Amino acid sequence: MDFTIILQAGIASGTVLLFATIGELFSERAGVLNLGVEGMMLIGAMSAFSTTIATGNPWLGVLVAMFFAGLISQIHAFIVITLQADQVVSGLSLTFLGAGISLVLGEGLSKAGTVSLLPSFSIPLLTLIPIIGKIFFTNQSVLVYVGYLLVPLAWYYINHTRPGLHLRAVGEYPSAADALGINVFRMRYFYVFIGGMLAGLAGATISLAVSPGWFSELTTGGQGWIAIGLVIFAQWDPIRAAFGAYAFGALRRLILDIQGPLVLFGFNNPFYYNPYLGFFLQMLPYLFTVIVLVIGSREAMRKRIGAPAALGNPYIRGERGK
Amino acid sequence: MTNQTSSTHGPSSEAPLIVEMRGIVKKFPGVLANDHVNFELKRGEIHGLLGENGAGKSTLMNVLAGLYRQEAGTILVNGEPKVFSSPRDAINAGIGMVHQHFMLVPSQTVTENILLGLDDPRFFLRLPDYDTKIAELGERFGLKVDPRAKVWQLSVGEQQRVEILKMLYRGVNVLIMDEPTAVLAPQEIEGLFVTLRAMIAQGKSVIFISHKLQEVSVIADRVSVLRRGVATASGIASKGVSRQELARLMVGRDVIFSLDKKPSQPGEVVLDVRDIYAENDKGLPALRGISLNVRAGEIVGVAGVAGNGQSELSQVISGMRECKQGHVTLAGDTVSNRTTLFGIQHGMAYVPEDRTHVGSAPNLSITDNVIMKKYRTAPILKRGLLDMKAATSLANELKQAYDIIVPNVSTPVRLLSGGNLQRVILAREISGLPAFMVAVQPTRGLDVGAIEGVHRLLLAQREAGAAVLLVSEELEELLSLSDRVYVIYEGRIMGEVKVGGGEPDESLIDTIGQMMTGTPLEQIQKEGVAAHD
Amino acid sequence: MTESTAVQKKRASFRIRIEPRLSEPPKWYPVAVSFGAIIVALILGGVLISFAGGDPIRSYQHIAKASFGDTGVLSDTIVKATPIILAALACSVAFRMKLWNIGAEGQFIMGAFGASAIVLAPVLPAGTSRWIFIPVMMVAGMAAGAIWGFIPGYLKAKFNVNEIISTLMLNYVAVAWVNFWIFGVWTEGGFQMSPKFPNEAWLPRLLEFAKTFPALRGLTTHLGLVIGIVAAIILWFIIFRSRWGYEIRLIGDNPHAAKYAGINITRNVIWVMMLSGALAGLGGMSEVSGVVHRLQTAPIAAGYGFTGIIVAWLAKLNPLVIIVASILFGALILAGREIQPSGVPKMIQGIILVCLIASDFLLRYRIVLDRGEE
Repeated sequence: MDFTIILQAGIASGTVLLFATIGELFSERAGVLNLGVEGMMLIGAMSAFSTTIATGNPWLGVLVAMFFAGLISQIHAFIVITLQADQVVSGLSLTFLGAGISLVLGEGLSKAGTVSLLPSFSIPLLTLIPIIGKIFFTNQSVLVYVGYLLVPLAWYYINHTRPGLHLRAVGEYPSAADALGINVFRMRYFYVFIGGMLAGLAGATISLAVSPGWFSELTTGGQGWIAIGLVIFAQWDPIRAAFGAYAFGALRRLILDIQGPLVLFGFNNPFYYNPYLGFFLQMLPYLFTVIVLVIGSREAMRKRIGAPAALGNPYIRGERGK
Repeated sequence: MTNQTSSTHGPSSEAPLIVEMRGIVKKFPGVLANDHVNFELKRGEIHGLLGENGAGKSTLMNVLAGLYRQEAGTILVNGEPKVFSSPRDAINAGIGMVHQHFMLVPSQTVTENILLGLDDPRFFLRLPDYDTKIAELGERFGLKVDPRAKVWQLSVGEQQRVEILKMLYRGVNVLIMDEPTAVLAPQEIEGLFVTLRAMIAQGKSVIFISHKLQEVSVIADRVSVLRRGVATASGIASKGVSRQELARLMVGRDVIFSLDKKPSQPGEVVLDVRDIYAENDKGLPALRGISLNVRAGEIVGVAGVAGNGQSELSQVISGMRECKQGHVTLAGDTVSNRTTLFGIQHGMAYVPEDRTHVGSAPNLSITDNVIMKKYRTAPILKRGLLDMKAATSLANELKQAYDIIVPNVSTPVRLLSGGNLQRVILAREISGLPAFMVAVQPTRGLDVGAIEGVHRLLLAQREAGAAVLLVSEELEELLSLSDRVYVIYEGRIMGEVKVGGGEPDESLIDTIGQMMTGTPLEQIQKEGVAAHD
Repeated sequence: MTESTAVQKKRASFRIRIEPRLSEPPKWYPVAVSFGAIIVALILGGVLISFAGGDPIRSYQHIAKASFGDTGVLSDTIVKATPIILAALACSVAFRMKLWNIGAEGQFIMGAFGASAIVLAPVLPAGTSRWIFIPVMMVAGMAAGAIWGFIPGYLKAKFNVNEIISTLMLNYVAVAWVNFWIFGVWTEGGFQMSPKFPNEAWLPRLLEFAKTFPALRGLTTHLGLVIGIVAAIILWFIIFRSRWGYEIRLIGDNPHAAKYAGINITRNVIWVMMLSGALAGLGGMSEVSGVVHRLQTAPIAAGYGFTGIIVAWLAKLNPLVIIVASILFGALILAGREIQPSGVPKMIQGIILVCLIASDFLLRYRIVLDRGEE
């Protein structure tokens, strides 16, 4: 087993989680918990794939995926921002809805065969860096590089720009923001839309780059939920989110690849000879998510850092005495 | 505390009107908060807006600040009619408001809070540039605060300064201050008054909302009074009117009720708090060695400016907060660091500060709310099941006895008014015949009638031989109800004073005021002796 | 939330005002709103079906006929509704305490596993009396589900771990766990399923009485329905008439008030998650012993736990209403299997849930039409 190859593939698969996690992070920073990531990712994966089949243009597929996932996120936005309903239940329903719609509209897509995918390339010079060059900059999909750019941009945007300042205010203390003329409702709609678009991009990354194709609900396989867990682990910080996402991506690849070779570290590979042991490997990402949550929650408890203060609460304007 | 005469250079009577509100009507479901109210503000004046809690002062000013939209009436600024659909519109017209509950984002710095919602900086924040600008502005008006500090690190007084700076930075000419002194110690109030006068001197105007007569007559040039949504006085010169007259305009009757309080006959010590230490929610020390006791048949007050450990004290006593050191005993049993249930079972009643978030379950019925501490025992619990008939009849009895005005007891309590909800909570706590009761801010936000009712209930408890610990920020309330008062400052007891019946004398209030700002009683007495020498 | 106008829309001569309700709406109102939401959902679903190239009216006709058309299909509908009842009860009790147990699916699967282990391990030999077999399987299923509920409950109580994510992750773990056993240990001929259970481990079905009552021939409705109904009634008493239920309702409405009333929230979180898991586990037992008759992933992990979430919400967490709502969804799932495209039932479930949540707005606010003012 060549670990650099596993890590190289892990970065690609981690990019999926990265987009979804950063998207959810934006939404939560604005005070809206959106549990519909899985559904939005499915919508994204399906619409990216079917658009690419229909037009032959994967770029158009990416755009359509982002648009549709963003659009469906606005259902959640309407229900929780305007109608002030419970964010947990609404997010769940969005998962059902997204899964259902993508199953209906994606009917038959799984037999569609191959499509033209997004290009992969290496970055000259950077590939020469030992190990790192091979893992990060060699023969990666264009979306992986987009991911590299997104992380620092998101971090800078949140912490050092005016709209980022407003975003933080809306998630922490919406009535303070409102009193200063920031349109809380519009901001929340906007960042839920951003979250939806990035979830759609995550879906497109699966179906057009990482594991091309449409395999109904198995396309995402719970990664949307892992992304929500990662936001908690990341404590709403994009840089930490990136570490988490790539580590999980690498883990997923490792699990896939470890079952292949006959010999592992000089021993007969138990996973090759007893394939049913592979089910334990399959559990790992999910168990790790729980462990990561425990770590994140304990740290948050110890340091007394928490979610954006207004996360999960509808903003109701003109409450008297508040 | 503030006995100097009001600012001498008030606006001349010909000063132009900067704000005119005509016939403002604002309704809330079930309440007419403003009923055709007129209000006028002159350039360069401090205008006091007086009224009781719930009289509609804040509502009227929220309309002027663009937070609420009036149902009828017009607003003129510098003679031009204006329609404000958001606070931003009002700020653009030069009108800004500092709310009673500060609208500051705790996790952001002072500068970040001030820059919120502005068009400059356009995109990149470049905070250091703005830090200097804000420090300079603060200098000009005597508002000292570190622009780089995070808001959660600031004291309440400093946070108020940030709020004022926020408005000044936006170049407002009219500053509305909603009950600005409620959160300040007497000495801090002095500093605020200096700032307000500096603002007037630089051509700004101030509207000062308060329900405290004395303050208004000290700081304001002119006064308007609201009672139950109606203006009972508009822009009368504060010098030409006596406090009694103002009181009448506010309350609508001559006498502010006096309580019929029998002399105290304290019995055994019921609650004994010995040297307790505790942390607040942020993990910072909140109580640093508090000792106090309450005897049967007396009301003991805890005075102090908000946020000096009062909430934590009541939570440690009731068992809802961990006590790091020291202990609390209730009739000999240790109750600190035991479960809340232990206290309940040993006759402790607790009227929490936060009626809606702690004291009640908003979507459950009145019945469900009154059995909160009784559902574990007969007659509510019968053979392991709840006897809902018994619970309903209990709720109906309490509804009668405590004058809770609702059609029926299956109403969810979120639909009750503040006064009714407080009666539900008091009914529940008192009907358990407690040996000891801790009541925190029991009258906050209630109207006069409701306050009077609550006071009577507390005195009745004292008469019945219960020990009552009353935590309040209203000095007047503490002095009229308590037999003894402890003063708390930064988690320490500054001293204990006895309160006789009748009018409390000025020197007692002065002593308490000094303790509220951190001077221990011993030191005050020493200095007093020294002064006499 | 007391007063104020939230949204104002101005038109030429009248305006729409939305204001919070200050009194309870009449009893029929929430029911009407829920029905309205379902009808709106079906219309929206129809639009989407035709968008995907189907005929909505024929699809719905088909659903109605294929689920309520005659006693045979009605019985099948009830068979589908049975696991949903138990899964929805599981969700309802956790939701009542605002514990978002999304893991009824995994607890259901583990319940099926626990019950199957009695047969397959074997704990009880084949040939043991049915009256011993079935109760032991019920207890084992409930225990396995309760353990699967205990884990997230404990993590929530001790480390404040978000239960939504942890319960959901455990769903995937449960599937992999069962796959391991039926593939590696209890496999039948290398297929991913266990051998068929002996008859003693089957829940009694109506068709067994066809000799005495010929009308019952072919009807597969099994004892699980009775188990579900009894569980619903018991749960109703627990929630609304017991001391524990009062504590659950109080914590659910306001945990601060519950703490203030001396209730130990940590312990209740764990207990309620275990009760929830046990109910879901009982559902898994009922399905494996009443319908599938062997341990196999696909028919067990068929999404009953997720449908349970919607049903619990539709029933406003009321255990007795859950029975009725489950039958509705049982019909949808039964008929859905024959509808193309195959995602339709899932999509309609999603739309119904969205509409239900949106309709809650009408319970909290009222819309007033003012004429001629201004």
